[in-house]
Amino acid sequence: MTERAIADRDIADALCEQVRSAYDARTPLRIVGGDTRAFYGRPVEGQALQMAEHSGIVSYDPVELVVTVRAGTRLSDLQEVLAEKHQMLGFEPPMFGEASTIGGAVATGLSGPRRPWAGAARDFVLGTRIITQEGKLLRFGGEVMKNVAGYDLSRLMAGAQGTLGVLTDISFKVLPIPTATHSLRLAVGLDEALKKLAELGRKPLPITAAAWHQGKLFLRLEGGKSSVAATQASLGGEPLDASFWRELRDHTYAFFACNDGQALWRLSLPPNTAPLALDIPEADIFYDWAGSQRWVKTTLDASTLRDACSAVGGHATCYTPQAQSGVAEPFTPLNAVVEKYHRNLKAELDAHGIFNPGRLYAAF
Amino acid sequence: MNILFDERLDGKLVQRDKSEVLTDLQQAVPDMTLLHREEDLRPFECDGLAAYRVLPMLVALPETFDQVKELLKRCHALSVPVVTRGAGTGLSGGALPLEQGVLLVMSRFNQILKVDPDARLARVQPGVRNLAISEAAAPYGLYYAPDPSSQIACSIGGNVAENAGGVHCLKYGLTVHNVMRVDVLTIEGEHMTLGAESFDAPGFDLLALMNGSEGMLGVVTEITVKLLPKPETAKVLMASFDDIEKAGRAVGDIIAAGIIPGGLEMMDKLAIKAAEDFIKAGYPVEAEAILLCELDGVEADVDDDCDTVRRVLEAAGATDIQQARDEAERAKFWAGRKNAFPAVGRMSPDYYCMDGTIPRRELPRVLKGIAALSEESGLAVANVFHAGDGNMHPLILFDANKEGQLALAEEVGGKILELCVAAGGSITGEHGVGREKINQMCSQFQADEISVFHALKAAFDPQRLLNPGKNIPTLARCAEFGAMHVHNNELPHPELPRF
Repeated sequence: MTERAIADRDIADALCEQVRSAYDARTPLRIVGGDTRAFYGRPVEGQALQMAEHSGIVSYDPVELVVTVRAGTRLSDLQEVLAEKHQMLGFEPPMFGEASTIGGAVATGLSGPRRPWAGAARDFVLGTRIITQEGKLLRFGGEVMKNVAGYDLSRLMAGAQGTLGVLTDISFKVLPIPTATHSLRLAVGLDEALKKLAELGRKPLPITAAAWHQGKLFLRLEGGKSSVAATQASLGGEPLDASFWRELRDHTYAFFACNDGQALWRLSLPPNTAPLALDIPEADIFYDWAGSQRWVKTTLDASTLRDACSAVGGHATCYTPQAQSGVAEPFTPLNAVVEKYHRNLKAELDAHGIFNPGRLYAAF
Repeated sequence: MNILFDERLDGKLVQRDKSEVLTDLQQAVPDMTLLHREEDLRPFECDGLAAYRVLPMLVALPETFDQVKELLKRCHALSVPVVTRGAGTGLSGGALPLEQGVLLVMSRFNQILKVDPDARLARVQPGVRNLAISEAAAPYGLYYAPDPSSQIACSIGGNVAENAGGVHCLKYGLTVHNVMRVDVLTIEGEHMTLGAESFDAPGFDLLALMNGSEGMLGVVTEITVKLLPKPETAKVLMASFDDIEKAGRAVGDIIAAGIIPGGLEMMDKLAIKAAEDFIKAGYPVEAEAILLCELDGVEADVDDDCDTVRRVLEAAGATDIQQARDEAERAKFWAGRKNAFPAVGRMSPDYYCMDGTIPRRELPRVLKGIAALSEESGLAVANVFHAGDGNMHPLILFDANKEGQLALAEEVGGKILELCVAAGGSITGEHGVGREKINQMCSQFQADEISVFHALKAAFDPQRLLNPGKNIPTLARCAEFGAMHVHNNELPHPELPRF
């Protein structure tokens, strides 16, 4: 039984104590789960706040479609527990190593190939327990599907990378694993692929992943047996092993190996955006999320990429740490007004800058 | 009555002379409609929670972004509070005006700016009606998923403010799951774009924070929503039960079978009778409870799922199962449910609609608790329930003309919400806290949690000028009225004055 294999340890009191000391001493903390996502964001100098020991499933009721889990629980363990009940995390979180934790998955807010169809990490977060700057353990949201009491602090924490508080427990809405699945590959050029994806997107088809690279369109169908079979028959193509999506999700797919001097960038663009006029060979661009998320390997500088993205309403994130890429700001700089309110929020929730200072931007 | 703004508990407001504010705003925003005569203000004295009425000092009806911006700048400079209102259909008094405040009515922002079928996005102004978006998207085979029952009248701006739901939330999510981007003006009149047309934006998820913030953090001036392809088909099953607990268990059994219905609704005997008398939907009036289960998607899958659900319902002890034969019958089945509130309204001079959510497994216990409260108070309670997502709408029947009945209904309502909180749920699933449930917030959250909400508010609006007195209670209010969570038998913030 997997559930027994997950260590059931609640160290919230000790974590609160460490936060209180850090607050009193103005010591910055570096919040660490499995330490598999340190590459994502700016480096943080600080005393480690180790979350991995805070692990276990607090409650799981498959009939309620709700699981509550401690932040240090390994992602792989949680997924196994859910799979035993034919359920899953709807946002298909990437896993950058076996030690990867659910707390890290939510803090970074990253979502896998299913995102455009199912939703992002924050969409599945129902509630959280958070350690505040004063070292108090507070509860926001809950374990129910609908809850609009108070501000939605839980979703604010998703993607904030621990800069506003420490996530200790998270409640998720989970989904049933679809009854039928089939992945396929079609030989088609880029322009035609994007056109086809826009067309398919307007139809109620059971598509849950769509990617394109070097003349091949990759599609995943998931849903009821009948609809998957019918869509498979109408689309044709060669069968594709489902492991493709896991490799894409976790960046273990061959494309993600960069040559010397190249950095890996993630371009997040509005749906149905035409190919950008950037000097990047086609082989170095991987289209995911039906074209809304594009991975590029390039030596182009940050502002060239960011200007091209912002011109169409998107943004660019550098996945290669500064030490290798020379990119000091992995995330697109914020506009002045938005930044002002980020600073205000940070000042209110983390007055002394003890939570992962500088992880997102130099100022917070 | 403690529902109206009480400076003693809700915080001091700056007192300004109405004619001075009027002159100031007329000069600052000369081309904007600004109502100030009592007879013009009267229609705006309440929102959908009509039991509570306050005449605002002034009503502003801007038509342009710049007018809103100038208005907010001036109000900020004068420290005059601003309450934003959409279509005024909210059920929690979120747009209840303030005597010393300006009511900012966004109804003239009623343009659908763009429908992009290939990106499956619609860019709209906040005063656009919820249903109008789906209507504009329909020619492309697309629609906007969240469908609060007021969707023909409610505005998308109000939906964002309340994070509105509807009957399809379990499968398609709340407003927060379907909004890509909002344009916001802060109380200082600064413009921010939160979210993006892409699936994410850099920085904190302020878009998520803005959804459901009840007009307390900013004023939404434009919204981009996600559109979905219209499901190929939708079929509805109606199951009758001779016992409400059996119906409750059947809901869990459907989910356990791996099915996420598009809609899954429950009604109890009183609600069934009211709806049947009003709509003649063909409901079985002798049943203790009915379930309406809608399955939508691709035709072949829906047929398979209908078979599965039918088997599950039979096994759960349904006394009768009917499947709507055609679109007309499906519409009829839903008409009963969608008109349940007015139907109950015909049975009683007044009713008070609650909005608690609970984990579904707690349903039998909470229903028993509600029945006990009903008996104890002598007020009948009809139960309508978004069963799939645990969102209850008990309707408390009363007669406001009878001495003390409104207060009694409020008291019963408050106790029902406390039952929901005790069962691990929430005081509001989709209607919002507004002014109505301000005291019950104190039973759902501890003082420290409420203090964090205040900190969030302070980050955006330190002077507390945007919709003061709504959504988040002051600690003084909790100390006075709320069943404040007492932790370790120590009252939080003992330094606070108790009135």
